[in-house]
Amino acid sequence: MSVHNTHAEHIDSETGKLGMWIFLFTELFLFGGLFLVYAVFRAKYSAEFHIAAGELNAFIGTMNTVFLLVSSMTVAMSLTAIQKGDRKLAMFLVLVTILLAALFMVNKYFEWTHKFEYGIYPGSEVLKNMSHGELLFFGLYYMMTGLHALHVLVGMVLLSINVVRIKSGSVNSNHYLMLENSALYWHLVDLIWIFLFPLLYLIT
Amino acid sequence: MKHEDKHISSYSSLAIVLAVLLFLTAFSVWITGFHFGAFTVAVALIIACVKVATVLINFMHLKFENLFLKLLVTGVFVMFTLVIILTFVDYYFR
Repeated sequence: MSVHNTHAEHIDSETGKLGMWIFLFTELFLFGGLFLVYAVFRAKYSAEFHIAAGELNAFIGTMNTVFLLVSSMTVAMSLTAIQKGDRKLAMFLVLVTILLAALFMVNKYFEWTHKFEYGIYPGSEVLKNMSHGELLFFGLYYMMTGLHALHVLVGMVLLSINVVRIKSGSVNSNHYLMLENSALYWHLVDLIWIFLFPLLYLIT
Repeated sequence: MKHEDKHISSYSSLAIVLAVLLFLTAFSVWITGFHFGAFTVAVALIIACVKVATVLINFMHLKFENLFLKLLVTGVFVMFTLVIILTFVDYYFR
């Protein structure tokens, strides 16, 4: 990497990636705090959490897990494609990832609206009449899945920018730090869900 | 500037990783169908940890990264585990 007198932009991908990882650590602790609150209240109100968690649809949860796992693979494959110089395939794979993310959000929409129909939403009368433990469960459920869904949306925006950049050629087989970091972010969204899924949907 | 000595994951290896992750998901759904109380919780969480490690190592290319980053990531997870343990120690023994 000799210094030339050209006006080339210097991209230090190692440092760029390290920065991304450090950001991911802060994200991990953001959700980690919520996991901790969940764990303590689950221990305290185990019977009520058991009843409340029974309301969740494990099938939808499993489907969303599959969507996110497959999308994690497609985004990892898009990185392979860009490294090999196949921009078209890379773009296609990022688009598939965005589509899977959209399917996740559609599922989440149906899941939430179904609960709203039963009057289960933050601040509702139904929720106010529930026991303290159930109230806490649904509060944490909306907070954790809501914050996670927000991350999915941010991921979709990031991946869309990558599609544009791959198309324009600014993300290519030599410069793909942005795709690499976006992929890391997307994997984090997957990682968080891997913990959320058994905690909320399976262990009832 | 350029990505020197870049490590490229093959498409087939990524597909195998996905197959493993899907299998683990199916397994955790199946095992939690039996209600063994604390045992079920422990198994579900252990499977989740294995899945997370699989994603970190393969999809997030941690296996190709330098020792510094590997230690950093391990350290963060160890720290979080300690936070959980300390919280529960405080909670049960106060």
